[in-house]
Amino acid sequence: MTTAVDTKKLTMVQAVTDGMRVMMKEHENVIVLGEDVGQNGGVFRATDGLVAEFGEKRVIDTPLAESGIIGTSIGLAMNGFKPIAEMQFLGFIYPAFNQIMTHASRIRARTLGHFTVPMVIRAPFGAGVRAPEIHSDSVEALFTGMPGMKVVVPSNPYDAKGMLISAIEDPDPVLFLEPMRCYRSTKMDVPEGKYNVPLGKAARLQEGSDVSIFAYGAMIDVVTKAAKAAEEKGIKCDVIDLRTLYPLDKDMIAESVQKTGRAVIVHEAPGTGGLGETIMSLINDTSFLYMKAPVERVTGFDTPVPMFALEDHYLPSADRVVQAIEKVTQF
Amino acid sequence: MEKLFPKLQIINENGEWNDETYKSEITEDLTKELYTKMLRSRLFDRKGVNLQRQGRIGTYVPFEGQEASQIGSALAMGEGDWMFPTYRDHAATMTFGHSLKTLFLYWKGRQEGCIPPEGKNIFPPAVPIASQLLHATGAAWAEKLKGTDRASIVYFGDGATSEGDFHEGLNFASVFNAPVVFFNQNNGFAISVPIEKQMKSKTIAQKAVAYEMEGVRLDGNDVFAVYFHTRTAVERARKGEGPTLIESVTWRYGAHTTADDPSKYRDQNESATRREKTDPILRLERFMKNENMWDEKWAEELQESLTAEIEAAVKEMEEAPAPHYNDVFDHVFAENPWPIESQKEAYTHSRGDR
Repeated sequence: MTTAVDTKKLTMVQAVTDGMRVMMKEHENVIVLGEDVGQNGGVFRATDGLVAEFGEKRVIDTPLAESGIIGTSIGLAMNGFKPIAEMQFLGFIYPAFNQIMTHASRIRARTLGHFTVPMVIRAPFGAGVRAPEIHSDSVEALFTGMPGMKVVVPSNPYDAKGMLISAIEDPDPVLFLEPMRCYRSTKMDVPEGKYNVPLGKAARLQEGSDVSIFAYGAMIDVVTKAAKAAEEKGIKCDVIDLRTLYPLDKDMIAESVQKTGRAVIVHEAPGTGGLGETIMSLINDTSFLYMKAPVERVTGFDTPVPMFALEDHYLPSADRVVQAIEKVTQF
Repeated sequence: MEKLFPKLQIINENGEWNDETYKSEITEDLTKELYTKMLRSRLFDRKGVNLQRQGRIGTYVPFEGQEASQIGSALAMGEGDWMFPTYRDHAATMTFGHSLKTLFLYWKGRQEGCIPPEGKNIFPPAVPIASQLLHATGAAWAEKLKGTDRASIVYFGDGATSEGDFHEGLNFASVFNAPVVFFNQNNGFAISVPIEKQMKSKTIAQKAVAYEMEGVRLDGNDVFAVYFHTRTAVERARKGEGPTLIESVTWRYGAHTTADDPSKYRDQNESATRREKTDPILRLERFMKNENMWDEKWAEELQESLTAEIEAAVKEMEEAPAPHYNDVFDHVFAENPWPIESQKEAYTHSRGDR
């Protein structure tokens, strides 16, 4: 016997809202706070309708102060609440960096588990939407390199809701990154009610035997197009959506490259210090002797994200990814 | 501004009455309790400096001179309230419930030193300046949302008032009417920088005005002034009447830490003079003598019993079994993710332990 689950066609941003709504209904202690998240429903409408449904005590327009939002969320979290703090853009998180680095991420370790900070920090991020300066930064590696933080990035509406629910249920701080380019790019059947997409698990989007492609967030659309173009040239790609950046899904990464012997890693964050380096070291640790070619990376540059007239040059394109795929197959 | 925010005092430097509002409550019992707690913390502090000099603990942060500020304010807090100290506030935390052993363990570099006794809401010392004001506001806000009458007290120095988090903490507490007591100990120096270089404002209390908040300035070496005025602020917070900024004007006699040399930036004769003139413990002794509460034998026995208590705590600290390196790994997350687990395994293996 199967149980029919009702679904709704949702965009990613609607799926994010739905994830919060489901958890706020279920848990009195889940609260949402940030700039413009109340009456305005957030600048991307991610909190649309929540204040009407749950009231101003649980959906809170805060003063315009990122450190204040995260710092007070820490106090709320260790005193029984589950704050979902919205950073309006990841590029605006820097004033809160001190609070995240010196407190949110390490209070559990400092107190050997006596105090914990179960909170979710949501932040739209990434380039490609013609946003003003600073709004387009991809600085996920600042946080994957921060002991005590989990960092996750969904790339589609289904994952966004299921991973947000898992992040809210997680006993530790989770940075939940929402690629702006994916917010309204597609609609997808999303189950109503509660379901989990586990953190720490990647997803195989396409099975292939020649080249492994690792990407996340807005780059999934780019690598999917590249894989299709490669297929026309007879190259079969194993496309992996990493979904969680810390901790990475080591098993799926190793299993994939041990099958293909070739890898292309794609992210829009700068190459130096980026996730690509971590994945390369992981491949080195687990699969060195399986490799038939050096790993290729297609990344953003070690430059500030340019103003949007130049952002298409900065962002990895399907064309650059195809060139990398050809390079590893022709090695 | 100094006229708008006068330095409130209950007993003066000679231990004489200046304000008799609370006279009926200033009993011999309360006086002796305050004296005992102040002496206890001073003896602890001196022991801490000595232990560091002997290499038995790490860098230590002394607070001598600030006992009245810390103990008067801590004693005004109640069961279930929250305390957010800095690294210079162990007189406050020991008054609020930390054990002396735990405090010594902290200065011996032990994680256990960050853990309060069960049921005592004492946060570990904040090292990043002013960051803790926001935690206190968040924790107090949580109590308000839960509908309790519990409050937070948060400690910070004069230098902290220059940080953004100071202003964000006050603003959030003000906007959300959070039950917080912002307890500033103005000891005149942020390590070496005197307050005149820190701010042009004549007082710290006046900064409350910008946040539509009560601001109180008091003589931080008068333990009664600290205790009763903090109590008023806590009562106000409990009644839902919002946060208070208290400026407790005091002085640290010694160095910023045992790694600091104050003679490089100020004349330490000032400290010597203040020890004679405005010392918080001496002031209480003078008051007790004036009020016929002083008993030489009691004082001697007290000194002996407190010394014994502190020596016992030192012994406990030194006899605590060495920490296991598993503690490095096992408390970062509720469950170790694979990178930490594999690093732990590799380290364990490198030691030949497995």
